[in-house]
Amino acid sequence: MNKVETISMSARAPENGSAPLLSARGLRLAFGLTEALRGIDLDCHAGEIIAVTGPSGSGKSTLLHVLAGVLVPDEGTVDYDTVRLTDLDEAGRSRLRLDKFGFVFQYGQLLPDLNAVDNVTIPLLLAGVKRREARRRADAWLDRLGLGECSRKLPGQLSGGQAQRVAIARALATKPTLLFTDEPTGSLDSLAAETVMLALTEAARDANTAVILTTHDPRTAAYADREVVVRDGQITIGGAYG
Amino acid sequence: MDNTTTLLGLLGTGASYGYDLKSRYDRWFGLKKPLAFGQVYTTLTRLMRNGWIVAIGAEAGAGPERKRYGITPAGRARVLEWIFTPEVPSETLQSDLFAKTIIALLLGDDAGRLLDLQRSRHMARMRELTNEKRGAGLAVVLACDHALFHIEADLRWIDLTAARLSQLQAEVKK
Ligand SMILES: Nc1ncnc2c1ncn2[C@@H]1O[C@H](COP(=O)(O)OP(=O)(O)OP(=O)(O)O)[C@@H](O)[C@H]1O
Ligand SMILES: [Mg+2]
Repeated sequence: MNKVETISMSARAPENGSAPLLSARGLRLAFGLTEALRGIDLDCHAGEIIAVTGPSGSGKSTLLHVLAGVLVPDEGTVDYDTVRLTDLDEAGRSRLRLDKFGFVFQYGQLLPDLNAVDNVTIPLLLAGVKRREARRRADAWLDRLGLGECSRKLPGQLSGGQAQRVAIARALATKPTLLFTDEPTGSLDSLAAETVMLALTEAARDANTAVILTTHDPRTAAYADREVVVRDGQITIGGAYG
Repeated sequence: MDNTTTLLGLLGTGASYGYDLKSRYDRWFGLKKPLAFGQVYTTLTRLMRNGWIVAIGAEAGAGPERKRYGITPAGRARVLEWIFTPEVPSETLQSDLFAKTIIALLLGDDAGRLLDLQRSRHMARMRELTNEKRGAGLAVVLACDHALFHIEADLRWIDLTAARLSQLQAEVKK
């Protein structure tokens, strides 16, 4: 269950030389005539928090989906630890996603008929944690994200910022080694965005979870250890080794 | 803004009389306040003393307005250094960045790169301020917020200018 126990690196960007957790080389992907990715190299180390920024349509979301094994590139490789993600079939990728990765997206991620604490409990149950223990951990996560009061509320009764923090609790509860999040603060005002980013980065540090996030917002990007700027499907700042 | 290096940069596009130099300066940078003639000549004297420009083609003893001025290799190197050294984030940065961008486009230097370098410098400062806020009291947090919003304004201008670079390039070539 505790997949990160064997990795004892600092949550900060590590020294040069340690092997990256995720390593992408030469990624290219076209949708018809649109070349969304045009040769991308990127490394992410254990515990590192990376913000992918760039103009609308530059390929940020596409990159995130390829790194997470949701989309398959036309060319290039993605290595996760010792596994070549880009050589796995859909079943293999989906197993890896379930075991090692967490996801937080902008909308529609919580199960609408379950209250906050049940939403966080479900992935723990799926990971084989006993019901009681799962419930205890879910409550602890909600507390730590400042959501103690909201644990019995349904998603429809939460504000956008609260729902986003529940989604973060759900994604981090299973202690993934790598969390992918597309525009985590996209629909939030400045203060709510800050609360979410503070909660996300502190919780990720505690769990030694690496985070790759996309954002339009420089203030959100400033919570990361480093920034990678994508323009026209290429990285112009912050490439493979930052 | 750094008028001295901006004038030096303009000379990088070709030798010029003081009067022509002033007109070219005013086209891009004198919209609000055209450059005074006196300032052009004191600046040229200073640039000459530094070995960054030389006077060419006038008989000895002729007045400064009869001379043409041309950039030296050392002067060109100074311009490159200026263009590619990011500025410390501040609240009055825009005019400097604008000058660097225009000069880079005029000289065929990589204007996108200078904007990228500046963007990185700004993001680094934003990360510092964001880290300062972690666990700090509200007074510190509010002070950092103020600084963050100002730097962010610069950063948005940098991004927008980067997005408009090819359009600006076309305008500069006119
Ligand atoms: N499923 C798809 N089918 C066709 N084209 C796509 C698809 N997904 C993305 N694209 C195109 O690929 C390019 C990159 O899109 P992507 O969504 O990665 O950009 P983005 O940087 O995330 O933009 P935004 O900031 O607006 O979210 C765009 O030109 C987009 O139109
Ligand atoms: Mg996107």
